[in-house]
This record gives sequence, structure tokens and C-alpha cells, in this order.
Amino acid sequence: MKKVLVLGATSAIAQATVRLLAARGASLYLVARHAERLEAVAQDARTRGAARVEAETLDLDDFAQHEPLVERATAALGGLDGALLAHGVLGDQERAQRSYGETEKVLRTNFLSAVSLLTPLANRFEAQRAGTLVVISSVAGDRGRQSNYVYGASKGALSVFLQGLRNRLAPAGVAVVTVKPGFVDTPMTAAVKKNALFASPEAVARGLLRAVDTHQDEVYLPDFWRPIMFLIRSIPERVFKRLKL
Amino acid sequence: MAMEPKSWGRYPRVSGQKAHPVTWTSEPLPVPPEGGSLLPHGLGRSYGDSCLNAGGSLLTTERLDHFLGFDPATGVLRCESGVTLDGILRLVTNQGWFLPATPGTKFVTVGGAIANDVHGKNHVRVGTFGRHLRRFELVRSDGSRRVCSPEENRDWFEATIGGLGLTGLITWAELQLRRVSNPYMHQETIAFSNLEGFLKLTRESTRDFEYTVAWVDSLARGRHLGRGLFHRANHAPPQFTARQPSPPRLSGLAVPFDFPGLALNRVSVTAFNALHYRMRNQGLMHYEPYFFPLDSVHHWNRIYGSQGFVQFQCVVPPNDAGVAALKEILDRSAHSGMPSFLTVLKTYGDVPSPGWMSFPKAGYSLALDFANRGERTYQLVDELDRLTREAGGRVYPAKDSRMSPESFAAYYPERERFAQYVDPAFSSSFWRRVRGAG
Ligand SMILES: Cc1cc2nc3c(=O)[nH]c(=O)nc-3n(C[C@H](O)[C@H](O)[C@H](O)COP(=O)(O)OP(=O)(O)OC[C@H]3O[C@@H](n4cnc5c(N)ncnc54)[C@H](O)[C@@H]3O)c2cc1C
Repeated sequence: MKKVLVLGATSAIAQATVRLLAARGASLYLVARHAERLEAVAQDARTRGAARVEAETLDLDDFAQHEPLVERATAALGGLDGALLAHGVLGDQERAQRSYGETEKVLRTNFLSAVSLLTPLANRFEAQRAGTLVVISSVAGDRGRQSNYVYGASKGALSVFLQGLRNRLAPAGVAVVTVKPGFVDTPMTAAVKKNALFASPEAVARGLLRAVDTHQDEVYLPDFWRPIMFLIRSIPERVFKRLKL
Repeated sequence: MAMEPKSWGRYPRVSGQKAHPVTWTSEPLPVPPEGGSLLPHGLGRSYGDSCLNAGGSLLTTERLDHFLGFDPATGVLRCESGVTLDGILRLVTNQGWFLPATPGTKFVTVGGAIANDVHGKNHVRVGTFGRHLRRFELVRSDGSRRVCSPEENRDWFEATIGGLGLTGLITWAELQLRRVSNPYMHQETIAFSNLEGFLKLTRESTRDFEYTVAWVDSLARGRHLGRGLFHRANHAPPQFTARQPSPPRLSGLAVPFDFPGLALNRVSVTAFNALHYRMRNQGLMHYEPYFFPLDSVHHWNRIYGSQGFVQFQCVVPPNDAGVAALKEILDRSAHSGMPSFLTVLKTYGDVPSPGWMSFPKAGYSLALDFANRGERTYQLVDELDRLTREAGGRVYPAKDSRMSPESFAAYYPERERFAQYVDPAFSSSFWRRVRGAG
């Protein structure tokens, strides 16, 4: 990945990844909602050695902007061979249970906006027969649990969409990498009490790029989540529905 | 990150602190908790309670870590205050630049380095960290933001350098780095047999060597009192011919848990000191092990056990009274039955700092580490505080957990002027202690 579009560039995982890409001398097109924060991330990437950094302030909930955005990024970097989709919201499960409006917001941001962005990106990469799409999903998408199934459903749908996309794009030599982090110590989880399962955004970013470099399709970060999620998926529904998870 | 923030010495322990992570420079400061206050917190590499705030909030700056610009032609670096000295060195050494002044650990933040106005082994030449600051932004609890420099808001600039985090939150800073030709140091080590030997070596060395520091055998008494090893060094010249030593590999060593309280007894310290005293060498060395020998073992503070340890660092004037005080301090600790594990002697010059509350002043600085053995240790340290005061010296807040309000008043004559610049919503356990308020 040398010319990379980063969506949700001010998120903790995206920032950590941007730093690693910058140190590798990549060219970056960074997109986020807050202009000041985005500027800090862009300056940081420039200082750390990125070949070129462009920044655009945009609310990704504005789907009409997605196609033109991909055009602008491609034009600005003189081509595109990678995209990192890192924007997302945790949402509020309780509020979502009370009102569909909250549920729809989570699904829109985490699933539909990703689909809307991946459509022009996938078509472009398929046509150029090269490129890497890296998308942050979540272990929460592996099985619905009462404590956060709305978020989980948005990520589960995303993971399934990516499976299909990977299947479609493989013949064109386009990689689709599904990243499934567990708990990450970020502002998104600031209110959650931390335990040994929490990973740093830096560790997740390193794992993410390792997955890209070694052509993995789906990666759990840290990788101890793979066996844990295997176990959680194997619990029979009959038993699972009685668990307080 | 997720644990209750502590200081490096892990004494005193304070309770009821809440961490409030600051992620972006543009964020407004939180409202302090009921009856509590705010205090910025870097990496907690201060030893005592100056980076702690019992019953209050700590504004943690770990995520305030963006570089905002670096000009490799001039060596001017702008970064957020949570950027570490380690991060800076990694970015700039390969481009021919280095920090002008650096403490004995690279795991400190720029904000922490300003708030304690840290210094290195080259104080005689370059003064403190604050001397090399061009500007920074200070955010106050009333929402005001000030860019401070020697030209703009100069009073705030001078109050905040060495201002112990009490004048507000520093969000970003701009520093002037210094040129180096390569990442190597040329260093030599010479043994001296007593304090007079040290004084002689330091006089001889300051002209030709930028960096000087001495390690002292804390158990030596009588005519050997103050014996030790003198290390002096310069950055390696542009075309040194010797074979280049390879850069160190990260050891990845860490002290995984607290050592049992007895690990540091008289026998182990004696053995360590005897071994260390015989070490002599000379030659080229990568800057990492030279400047930060302790950093290669993470959490080395755990060797002191869960009770933690008390560091005492003072500076005394370069006159007879000062030297007599140094002897007395060394003698007291050698006879205390509680050996100092690491004893370090440095010389400070008279390069002034802009900071009103900056610690270093011309003279000799002695740092001692005592395992925390409760009342006995505190009494000893209180005694050393008194000796320092009587000799006209002062104690370093970054290393302190004991100095009395009377000592503080004697050490820092600018404190009342400084107090007018303390943010009304900010405080620290240290500040309340030395102001005699609980
Ligand atoms: C092994 C070791 C060796 C050392 N050697 C030296 C040495 O040689 N010379 C020396 O001078 N010191 C030395 N020190 C002390 C150390 O350099 C200082 O304590 C330093 O200030 C710690 O920085 P920190 O980022 O950990 O800050 P903390 O310890 O977390 O905080 C220090 C102070 O800075 C304030 N602060 C932190 N961030 C900000 C901010 N953004 N805005 C405003 N205030 C802020 C805090 O409120 C607090 O008052 C050493 C420490 C260790 C552990």
C-alpha cells in the first residue's frame, strides 16, 4: 500500500496505522469529520515521513459524497492502491433498544456507509486489477450478545459483505482484509473499565499491517481472540440464550 | 494505561485520583470534581508526589502525541506535549539532530520535561530544557489559551517552565534541537578515590567534555568517602575512524513483579558497588545506553518491592559549605544502614533558566535512592533536607516526597510570585504538602 485513502483517520486505530504507513513513506489521503483533529493527524504524518499527505474534512454519513471522494483522492495522489475504512461508532445499546433511530444510526455508519464507500473502491481496484481494501470490523460481529447486539449486527453484516467482496475480487488480484479487533483502549472505550483483554491501538495497527503484508484475509487482533471467538461461536444457541453476555 | 496512576518511586501512594485522558489540543479542560482539582500527568517519571493529585483529576497526555512539524534545516521541532523524548530522538537522530538537554530516562513527555525544567549531564554547557524552548501553548481552566515565548506572554512562559504543572495544561511546544554528526558518543570512565578526586576531575573535564557525571559508591566511608567513577563524554565527531559499534538491540527486559523487600540489602548493594567500581572503559558507544542505561530494563523501580523507594536529589553551592554538606550527606547515608542503591553526583553551571521555579543552580548535585523502610527512611531523608537547607542548597521537586514547607520556602524564593500564576482549578499532592495545606 503506497497510495492510501484513510477513512475515519482520527480514530485511534487509523492514527496508529497512519503513523506506520507514514514511516514507510506512503502517500496518504486522510478523511475525518473534525478539521482541527484531522490537521493534527495530517501534520503528524507529514513530520514522520509520509511522501505526501492530503486531508479532507467530511462527514461520511453524507453518502452522496462517497463516489466523488474516491475520485478526488485518486486524483490527488495520482492513483490509489489501498484504502483503510476505520470510521465507526459504538452506539448505545440501551438507547437502541428503546428507539429504532439509534439502531439505524449505528447501522448506517458502521455498515451502510462502508458498503457505499466500498462499492466505488472495489470497482476501481477491480478494473486496475490491483489494490488492498482493509476494513475494521469487530469480534462483536461474530455472535450477537445481549449487551451490544446492535453494534455486533452492524459489524457482523460488514464481515459477511467483506467475505462476498473478497470472493468476487480474488480473481482480479485485489485483497480484502477483514480486521477483527477485540477490546481496544481508545477514546471510544474510555468509559469502559480496562482489563488484560484490552490492546493498544499501536499493537492493533502493527497486526493490521502485518496481515496486509502477509496476505491474510481475516485477522483477529490480538490473535488470542481467534480461539476465544471460535469457542463463543461453538456454544449451542440453546445454552447461549441463557448466558448473561 | 488503565491502572491507577502512580509516581516512579511509588511513594507516597495517594488515593481517589481519576484519570481524564486529553486526546486533542483543541479540547476544553474538564470541570474539576467536587472538592478536587486538576493536574496534568505525563508518564509519571517523577519520583514523589509532584505528578500526583489525591482526590482530584489527572489530565493524562499519552494521546496528546502528534508531531506538528520538524524542519531538518533549522532543527526546530513542534509537537504536542504528550510526545516523549524517545519519540523525538527516534525521529531526529537519523536526520542529524539531538535533544539539547535530556534527563536520565527517555520515557518522559515534553510537557513533563517543561514542567520540571529537566536537565542533563551537560547542564554546565547548555542549562536546562527550558532554555531551548521557543514557545508553547498554555490552556487554563477559564478556557483561555496563550502562546507563551520569551517575547509573548513572557511572565506565563517563565512561570510555566519548572512550574510543576500548576499554571495550566501545556498542549504543544516548539523546541530548538542541537546538531549532531551521528548517533554515537565518545566516552571515558575514570575512577576517583574520594570527593576531592571528584572535584578535581570535574574541574579538569568541563572544558573539553560536554557531558560529565559521576557514580558514587554509597557505602565507602572514611578516607574513601565519595569514591566513585567519573564518566565524561562528547558526541562523536563527524568522521571518527574507529570501528562503529552496532546500535543496541532492545533488550525487552522487564522486571515482571515486585521484588521481595529484602532483595536490596547491604550485601547486594556492596557487591554491586564493588563490581561497578572496577568497571572502567573508554570508547565509542551508541547514544541509547550512554544516556539511558536504566531504560533497557523496563519497570526497574519494581526491584525496590511494593513499598517503593524514596529518592533525594539536592544541589549545593560550589563553595566550602556546599562541599562540607555533600560529605555530611554521604556520611549520614553510608552510616544509616539503609544503603542508597544508585548514587549520582553531577555538576551544574550558572547558565540561567527562564523558569522562576527551575531547580538547577550552580554547584554540585547529589541524588540518592533509598528503599522505603518506613519511618527510618523518612527520618534520614528529612535530615538530608535539613542539611541541604543549611548549606544554602535546594531539593528537586521532581524527586521529592518529603521536603518540608519551611524548606520549600527557603529553596524557592520566587514561590509567591509564582503562586499568582497557579491556575485556581489546578493543584497537586506536592503543592498542598509544601504549602502546608494538608
Ligand atoms: C530513571 C530516571 C532518571 C531521571 N533523570 C533525570 C535527570 O537526569 N534530570 C532531570 O531533570 N530529571 C530526571 N528525572 C526526572 C524526570 O525527568 C522528570 O520527573 C520528568 O518531568 C518526568 O516527566 P513525565 O512526562 O513522566 O511527567 P510526570 O512525572 O507525569 O509529571 C511531571 C510534572 O509535569 C507536569 N506536566 C506533565 N505534562 C504536562 C503538560 N502537558 N502541561 C503542564 N504540565 C505538565 C505534571 O503536572 C508534573 O508536575 C529522571 C527520572 C527517572 C525515572
